Amino acid sequence: MAAVIQLQRQFIDYTTSLYKEGYLDDQFTQLQKLQDESNPDFVVEVVSLFFEDSEKLLNNLATALQQKTVDYKQVDSHVHQFKGSSSSIGAQRVTNVCVHFRNFCEEKNLDGCLRCLQQAKHEYILVRNKLEALFRLEQQILQAGGSIPMME
Amino acid sequence: MECYQEDVPHVLAVDDNLIDRKLVEKLLKSSSCRVTTAENGMRALEYLGLRETHQQSNFSGNGSKVNMIITDYCMPGMSGYELLQKIKESSILKEVPVIIMSSENIPTRINECLEMGAEMFMLKPLKLSDVKKLRHQLTNVEGDKR
Repeated sequence: MAAVIQLQRQFIDYTTSLYKEGYLDDQFTQLQKLQDESNPDFVVEVVSLFFEDSEKLLNNLATALQQKTVDYKQVDSHVHQFKGSSSSIGAQRVTNVCVHFRNFCEEKNLDGCLRCLQQAKHEYILVRNKLEALFRLEQQILQAGGSIPMME
Repeated sequence: MECYQEDVPHVLAVDDNLIDRKLVEKLLKSSSCRVTTAENGMRALEYLGLRETHQQSNFSGNGSKVNMIITDYCMPGMSGYELLQKIKESSILKEVPVIIMSSENIPTRINECLEMGAEMFMLKPLKLSDVKKLRHQLTNVEGDKR
């Protein structure tokens, strides 16, 4: 029993820190609210889609920015996608980088774009690691026979 | 709450972003809607049976079975606005409420859509409270139907 309580405590503290540090915003809570008995893995499913999609987008962005003549419309289109999907799952810091990224696309500023790409990759990897850690904690709680605390 | 199959509203959700499609689908299903998704305007029109530019006398689409259409504004190829236009130009589908979603809060864009006959404009990302509003909209439409 003590193990479960400790894990639940860890979960609450970790989740709170993720919101406090801006990795996640309210949209993530919305996803959790949508999860129910008919769709118990909804959050993991959507977040997994986000991971797959993001990795593709980051590769596409790298390729697009390596072209001799950069097509900024194409770059912007990828960033727009990335901004949208990160915003939909609540990955706030990724979304924020995308906002700056789009501005550099409009200015056709290659240097700015390349820096933003690095930042976007960095923030993406951070949030991915944190979400994976969060999901692992959830699994540990469930395996120990406990339930996932509801965060408000 | 009793729920007969015929009473469940059928919504067509159009969005080129996979994550957004999954999210809007879940949001609508959580509000007791039947959902069909389309990844772009062309597919949506195909589903609705409006693919051809001229009205077909033997209408073979699913348009008559759709109670509401919710579409993203920014899509490659046909935009949500263009899709809205085609729907409002159709004698068969012009009464179907169309909701436009966008991640960008641009007043001229919003007005343009409302003037073209969009029922509502919603900011992305969509939340549960947004879908509750939609649900009310659907109930009102149901009440006036036939």
